[in-house]
Amino acid sequence: MKSPALHMLLALTSLVIMAALSLMIGASDMNLGAVIRGEGDDTLILLASRIPRTLAIILTGVSMAISGLIFQMLTRNKFVEPATAGTAESAGLGLLIAIAFFPAAPLLAKMSIAALCAIAGTLLFLRILDRLPPHEPLLVPLVGLMLGGVIGAVATFFAYQADLLQYLGIWTTGEFSGVLRGRYELLWITGILALIGYLYADQFSIMGMGRDVSITLGLDHRTVMWIGLIIVSVTTAVVVVTVGAIPFLGLIVPNIVSRIMGDNLRAAVPWAASLGAGALLLCDIIGRVIRQPYEIPIGTIFGVVGAAVFLYLLLGRQSHAVR
Amino acid sequence: MIEISNVSHNIDGAPILSDVSLTIPRGGITALIGPNGAGKSTLLSLIARLVRLQSGVITVDGADVTTTPTDTLARKLSILRQDNSVAARLTVADLVGFGRYPHHKGRPAPEDHALVDHALEMMGLTQLRDRFLDELSGGQRQRAYVAMVLAQDTDYVLLDEPLNNLDMKHAREMMERLKAAASQGKSFVIVVHDINFAAAYADLIVALKDGRVHSLGTPAEIVTRPKLGEVFDLDIVVETVGGHPLALHQIAPPPQTGT
Repeated sequence: MKSPALHMLLALTSLVIMAALSLMIGASDMNLGAVIRGEGDDTLILLASRIPRTLAIILTGVSMAISGLIFQMLTRNKFVEPATAGTAESAGLGLLIAIAFFPAAPLLAKMSIAALCAIAGTLLFLRILDRLPPHEPLLVPLVGLMLGGVIGAVATFFAYQADLLQYLGIWTTGEFSGVLRGRYELLWITGILALIGYLYADQFSIMGMGRDVSITLGLDHRTVMWIGLIIVSVTTAVVVVTVGAIPFLGLIVPNIVSRIMGDNLRAAVPWAASLGAGALLLCDIIGRVIRQPYEIPIGTIFGVVGAAVFLYLLLGRQSHAVR
Repeated sequence: MIEISNVSHNIDGAPILSDVSLTIPRGGITALIGPNGAGKSTLLSLIARLVRLQSGVITVDGADVTTTPTDTLARKLSILRQDNSVAARLTVADLVGFGRYPHHKGRPAPEDHALVDHALEMMGLTQLRDRFLDELSGGQRQRAYVAMVLAQDTDYVLLDEPLNNLDMKHAREMMERLKAAASQGKSFVIVVHDINFAAAYADLIVALKDGRVHSLGTPAEIVTRPKLGEVFDLDIVVETVGGHPLALHQIAPPPQTGT
């Protein structure tokens, strides 16, 4: 903790290295020298596949981590994230509705319907949250998972009826192998939302101290709640539409950052962003290398790595408390 | 001046406050006393707009608390509630720093940092400034919350049980510091359980009972055996020590003989 600036520099350097690795690795051989000389298909591979893929991973990692952080501040619960609040499932249901009823609509319109459904689902979750006893923090993600399960079941039934089941699978397991130029650009919206989230960092930190403190400090509690709600829901919807949900990214990364840095978002957001992007890049690289030329879905790798890290954190905290 | 006119409040049909009218003067320490459930905390929450007013009017220096923009009020008035469960993992300096938020709105100036340092020092927290709240003892945490409210640097400060969890040394130090700030023009409205702290430090004592103002006056007027007997339904012997009334509420009065 002696020099946060130095640590941030180290984190960013490793991020750049991983991004470079991510550009180099892939099913087809690509040679940087060839790109510079302008030979063969190498430039095309780089521009059409590798760069979009790497950017998509970074944008997803950054925005999902920040969304999780914001969501945890709004609900004052460390176990809440889009996958444990019904947000991701609602976005999936919305996209399904859009495809079934407006198959000809442009992707942006379909995404908007998904986003509206995500907002509605998250609102429902927050309403339920108000009725839960405040001293039972573990009840919150349990209820959220159940709500997600119910919404997911509705979506599955609906997809089964409309013969759209294969889509549902794509949205619920995040995957970057299909990312190509022209198919990821919507993700820039999440980048903008993440930036807005950073601008409101102080407000979200204050929300994390509870309603009474935020009113005392003159915060417009409702407005900030809505801003956070929209950032989280729209980010989730865009990620679901473009690459598919990455469960628990928004849970694990913010918890790691909170353990080390605390919950002052002004300081925590840059760390959550770099850790989110770094973790996804690493998992994606592992997934691509482990059984080349085939790929293991990033969600699988992330689940294994993330669960291990999270368990370590939980148990480490326990032994710390005992001492 | 805080003016409370005809305030009544019900929670689930149960009356908590009934037609309370009260003027709290500017400058000095006003102590609210009364038995559990008398409505002290509710009254503080209503003044601080944490709870929506059901009937009546409350103004702070003429500003109606229901219609004045909340961020304007945040520069006039601050409150520390009794049950502080800040779950967020913040350092002491972060927490106290947020007390300045109503003034700088996210861009702290050197003056804000100076006020935060001052508040930390006043509460004896300078050494602990980089510690996380969940690593502190109950008393240290309580001092951090009070420091946050002081850093907000408002004319009116409402404190619900500020002496919670504090040992004797820190409790007295806190009251001495509030007294010093009050003498420079700040107004404190505090709910205290220990009647003797109210007797020793308050300029005005307001006794609440069953949601009504039972009586108000200087410590010498309120901290008397008959008054306390009525307010608390308890026979409390009051002695005078060093010019202060001292209520011996811990001890049952000796049985009266000869009657």
